[in-house]
Amino acid sequence: MLTQIPLEHILLLSAVLFSLGVLAVITKRHAVLVLMGIELIFNAANLNLVAFSRHDPQLMQGQLFSLFVIIVVAAEAAVALAIVLRVYQHFKTANLNQIVSKENT
Amino acid sequence: MLFYIFAALAVISGAYMVLTRNLLYAGFSLLLTLLSVAAIYVLLFADFVAVTQLMVYVGGVLVLILFGIMLSSRVHDKSVMSENVNVGWGISISLLTLIGLGYTIWQASFSSLPWIQQANTDILAGQKSTVQYIGIKLMTDFVLPFEIASLLLLIALMGAAYIATDKQKV
Repeated sequence: MLTQIPLEHILLLSAVLFSLGVLAVITKRHAVLVLMGIELIFNAANLNLVAFSRHDPQLMQGQLFSLFVIIVVAAEAAVALAIVLRVYQHFKTANLNQIVSKENT
Repeated sequence: MLFYIFAALAVISGAYMVLTRNLLYAGFSLLLTLLSVAAIYVLLFADFVAVTQLMVYVGGVLVLILFGIMLSSRVHDKSVMSENVNVGWGISISLLTLIGLGYTIWQASFSSLPWIQQANTDILAGQKSTVQYIGIKLMTDFVLPFEIASLLLLIALMGAAYIATDKQKV
């Protein structure tokens, strides 16, 4: 029963998650929220990898690739949040527009 | 059926993450999205990926993000709220992305491709767990990316700790 999840539905779900992540990245101005949108985009990509891995004749290459993607995301999140904290200590704000305008003055 | 419940949960909480203006609510709805994506991984015979998703995303990345929210905004005043900008552009671009992706998926009709139909999903369904297979693969075919990933994690964590330390006080 579980094998009958159509591939298209999973791909469509990941397309929806991807566009929600793009929406978050474009409309939000708090640096941490932009990072959360990027996490959503990474999750959509991972979902695609795992979905196709189910049909892989060479068994689970997609799952292994998604594991590496998760590792890279963890490294990215750690470094990005450290940078956000330093920027907040320096500019006293995490709003990207205010940071840009303070940088220019 | 279970898949559609978790898919709806993921989409609804993802949409709430985008729509809400409160940073903490956005963080917790991202938690719900990540949990439902982990559940979908289980339904796709990817139990090890699902557990890794739970441990790394929910246990690591999300805790980091919540710390980032708490350290980069004063929770009691207005700065925990975030205003939305470029709303028209954002909605139109993401709608275009969604329509383009959906049209591509519909046109490609992956289910009718021969290698998808020939794929033997019974092997995965018959196995109890993917852990042994992934372990063997990591130590044979994927040993170079595995080692590079460990190096990347080491460098990233050292770099993050170095960036986050206050240089004036040390």
